[in-house]
Amino acid sequence: MSRSLRRSGRRHPLASAALIVLGLVVTGGAYAAASAATIANASTGAASAQSIEEGKNLFQANCATCHGMNAVGTTAGPTLVGVGAASVDFQVGTGRMPMQASGPQAEVKPVQFTEEQIQALADYVASLGPGPEIPSASLTSGGGDAAHGAELFRINCAMCHNVAGAGGALTEGKYAPALDKVSGQHIYEAMVTGPQNMPVFNDMNISPEDKRDIITYLLYVQNNNSPGGFELGSLGPVAEGLFAWVFGLGALVLLTVWITAKSN
Amino acid sequence: MNTVVSPPASEKVVPATVTGVGSSTVTAKLSNYIDERTSISAVVKEFGRKIFPDHWSFLLGEIALYSFVVILLSGSFLTFFFQASMAEVVYDGSYAPLKGVAMSVAMDSTLNISFDIRGGLLIRQIHHWAALLFVASIGLHMLRVFFTGAFRKPRELNWFIGFVMFVLAMAEGFTGYSLPDDLLSGNGLAIINGMIKGLPLVGTWISFLLFGGDFPGEQIVGRLYTLHILLLPAILVAMLALHLVFVVVHKHTQFPGAGRTQGNVVGYPILPVYAAKAGGFFFIVFGVIVTMASFFTINPIWNYGPYDPSPVSAGTQPDWYIGFADGALRLIPPGLETYWLDRTWSWNIIIPVVGLVVFLAAVAFYPFFEAWVTGDKREHHILDRPRNTPTRTAIGAAGLTFYGGLWIAASSDIIATHFKMTMEGVIHALQFTVVVGPFIAFWITKRVCLALQKKDREIALHGFETGRIVRLPGGEYIEVHQPLDAYEMWELVSYEAYEPAMLRPNPSGKITVGARARSAVSRFFFEDRILPVSKGELEAAHHDH
Amino acid sequence: MAKDDNGGQLAAADASHHGDVPTGSAVVLKDAFENPGFPTHRERVTDVDPAKARSAQRAVYTLFYLSIVGSIWAIAAYMLFPMESENLGDVRLNNMFIGIGSALALLGIGIGAVHWGKALMADKEGIDLRHPTRGTDETRATAVEVFQLADEESGFSRRTLVRNGLIGALVAFPLPAIVLFRGLAPQDQDPVKNLSHSMWKKGVRLTLDPSGTPVKASDVTLGSAFHIIPEGLADLPHGKMLDEKARASVLLMRLDPSELKVSADRKDWAYDGIVAYSKICTHVGCPVALYEQHTHHLLCPCHQSQFDVTEECKVIFGPAARPLPQLPITVDDEGYLIARSDFTEPVGPSFWERNV
Repeated sequence: MSRSLRRSGRRHPLASAALIVLGLVVTGGAYAAASAATIANASTGAASAQSIEEGKNLFQANCATCHGMNAVGTTAGPTLVGVGAASVDFQVGTGRMPMQASGPQAEVKPVQFTEEQIQALADYVASLGPGPEIPSASLTSGGGDAAHGAELFRINCAMCHNVAGAGGALTEGKYAPALDKVSGQHIYEAMVTGPQNMPVFNDMNISPEDKRDIITYLLYVQNNNSPGGFELGSLGPVAEGLFAWVFGLGALVLLTVWITAKSN
Repeated sequence: MNTVVSPPASEKVVPATVTGVGSSTVTAKLSNYIDERTSISAVVKEFGRKIFPDHWSFLLGEIALYSFVVILLSGSFLTFFFQASMAEVVYDGSYAPLKGVAMSVAMDSTLNISFDIRGGLLIRQIHHWAALLFVASIGLHMLRVFFTGAFRKPRELNWFIGFVMFVLAMAEGFTGYSLPDDLLSGNGLAIINGMIKGLPLVGTWISFLLFGGDFPGEQIVGRLYTLHILLLPAILVAMLALHLVFVVVHKHTQFPGAGRTQGNVVGYPILPVYAAKAGGFFFIVFGVIVTMASFFTINPIWNYGPYDPSPVSAGTQPDWYIGFADGALRLIPPGLETYWLDRTWSWNIIIPVVGLVVFLAAVAFYPFFEAWVTGDKREHHILDRPRNTPTRTAIGAAGLTFYGGLWIAASSDIIATHFKMTMEGVIHALQFTVVVGPFIAFWITKRVCLALQKKDREIALHGFETGRIVRLPGGEYIEVHQPLDAYEMWELVSYEAYEPAMLRPNPSGKITVGARARSAVSRFFFEDRILPVSKGELEAAHHDH
Repeated sequence: MAKDDNGGQLAAADASHHGDVPTGSAVVLKDAFENPGFPTHRERVTDVDPAKARSAQRAVYTLFYLSIVGSIWAIAAYMLFPMESENLGDVRLNNMFIGIGSALALLGIGIGAVHWGKALMADKEGIDLRHPTRGTDETRATAVEVFQLADEESGFSRRTLVRNGLIGALVAFPLPAIVLFRGLAPQDQDPVKNLSHSMWKKGVRLTLDPSGTPVKASDVTLGSAFHIIPEGLADLPHGKMLDEKARASVLLMRLDPSELKVSADRKDWAYDGIVAYSKICTHVGCPVALYEQHTHHLLCPCHQSQFDVTEECKVIFGPAARPLPQLPITVDDEGYLIARSDFTEPVGPSFWERNV
């Protein structure tokens, strides 16, 4: 069959169509990336004794294996005395805790608890010792100076998280996560608590207003598409080079084949 | 096949313009006017029906040429707006997250091109995408030329000219990448500064002169701009002209095939078919680049912000064509520096720089090396199928592995995060790839080529397998093989093979060191070889049946 | 079959090309196959079916008209999608729609022209004969004659003093240009001296990058990382500021003092677990600022050099060869962190004259 086709030197009439369809499928597939935005929003309120009690029960059922019965820590997990409500809201609210498996660092997973349960856990841990509190919404929902925030972000954050918040590699398999889907509240909490290997940025280093500006900038990046078109993951020249080779030059090479193929 | 020997001998048209008298149409009058002042008709006569062979891979160089034209066009537009100054200005354009930030005039004008001039961002992105494609298509074109042996006599010098253009293209790319004075390119310049400083003897002073004093200084962007839009393009255009003149002088190579010989070139005439295809292809290349620029962001300098020596972004990489150099820097193991003779020897810089220079020199001079090995002084216009030159193909594969390993190393951090590996693991694996990989690639490629040649030989001798089993009267089952026709046979047997050069004394009766070396290298090249099937062999094979 | 037309030529051409030119170690088979000549010509569907030819023609001119539409659209998009509102989305639309129009204009011409060439223009392959690249013997003889005549008439080889004088002059005349390039950098500076010092000196306060706010030791809590510039740097003129910053950027971290391994000569360089290290990588000078607060590793994002802060920033991975220079610090009367001195070695990448 193929030999006889080769002999005739004429392609099947559907060959071009098939090629185009193949190209479209490949292109489409590469760009069809599902996205799921996680919305986290914890209400701040005075911790009631009832909430603390509920949190304690949840803690003992879900966290005590690693962090100890009274959150004083074990060999498997650090003490939580003094880490504050912000830390709990960040770790549990992003699904990092409870940890599923030990690895270079805790991974983001689907959140395991309801907002009330997270609040209760936070209240319980906060009751153990003073620590950073869950920030007020006025600091975490933008409204600051994006330009100032961008400058601070470049100096303090971009070396790990990338200038566009696309994330980056750390040593020994650890990484700084992408920030494109992280809520302002979790960004704020990460800065004040220094989760995993991230350094702590206390209020003397980056003031609460400065943190608000940084969040304002990140929300600006999240809410605005790149003016130039698709961002290719905001990964910089590596993604651009790969795209130029595979899709740019790839398309042109396919076209050269069409140009020089004998017409049917 | 209908063939015409150009220039066409039997055209019946006798244009009125021939005499210049009595030409009546506007076209005729205009042609007459021009020819009387330029002798252009001689050019048309000489080149109008010049034959150009048709093969997709012959258009790779055209992609490079056309993307270069696109770069010149879009770049000219950008020069009307870009200001290559590093003087300080406070940004007050349309991009909110940079408002009020101090930056250089270069960065400010690039942001204005992007956000305040309609279509400016499009032209910027066209320019940058075209630049990436320009270098990429040069690379692919060089690979085609290498693996088909198109660099052989008489084209060795043209290969070298092409190589120089490849280097110039990388230099053009790097100087252009650095012009906006953004954080990414500024860190790129910091790396260049560090590399230069590490060079023995001259490094400190070269850096000092290049940057006009301390790094970063306020000179570098203006200087790179002069290189980028004046000096390098002028040399590049001159080289390009020379390259194309040689293509005309040599006439294009062609793949082996029935009717094609070392003495002819078979294809379509420039007017009209080739002009339509090649001219049309210019617009296609341009169109593809514009499509990329309309839908895909490239080099979003507004994210990077102005250069400042303190910040840096994760994933700081150069554009792809400098990647191999960046990768070479990354793969060096720790601690390679010595203090000797009261001077600092930065082996972690010297080794990659020397390694890359040696690699590039090997690429540049390979044609001369192979010519020396074969001793073949004939002109070669028929291309090799890569399998028919196993050693050359294997050397190419080894070189590609080396280059590819370095290239991938430039994205070691992004590979680590996206494939959930440790960056240390990625780097160790790539160190292995770059050092040992080329040998493995050489061996595998050579074996694959020889195996393919054996398969070709088998088919030439015994025909295609048909899958049809018949029982012979004696009860024996055999598969029927369909013999090849003359054209198919020609494709499989029309290649040139070499054997190791004999070690012979020269006219004065001595065996020189050079001759010994040549003999040894020749043995390395041609010891394993599969010769083309001859008529006698085919006959013998048929008698076996 | 074209054998009749070309058989003779093919043979002749081959002979003229191989002739008596050395073939090196090429294998020349005595009973090699002969070139079978050109295969039969296959006609295209547009050659045999007028309806197909008409439809191809339609496709070609439709593409050309589409291209005109694209050009008009690009002009219209220029006006329809302004970007004066400072809204990023407008820039995106402007970029995309002008681009789509232009791309259509270009691809219409390109694809149309190629299709025309492939499907409608005469499908006649042609043959050009090649000639050896070298000039004919006659031409070469003439060229040699020309040179000999020129030599004769000028006395180029005869008048050796004149010739050598010219060669010497040609070698010498570019030299002043090389000297001129010394002016690329300031005459009154020595790069080695510049590289050996930074803005830090005894008593200079450590201040935040970029605001210039001084930092107290008590501000630097455990696990913190502060990006630091010397006091007064922010007030310098822009260009000078960047030059100084490129040598003076510092990362300040606080660790548990028990985790720090301190060598004898650096006993008072840290203050209560607070250490300051140059941010400029000793490899090729990228800012090393990725601090991992539990492993105490510093990572350079450019070439992945890793430094261990607990061991005085010794290199533990990657291409860097030397530890990051440490800035000796202490506190002043008001509790602000200050430098005890400049760095004790040049910061940043190695250079030839570096002799520490």
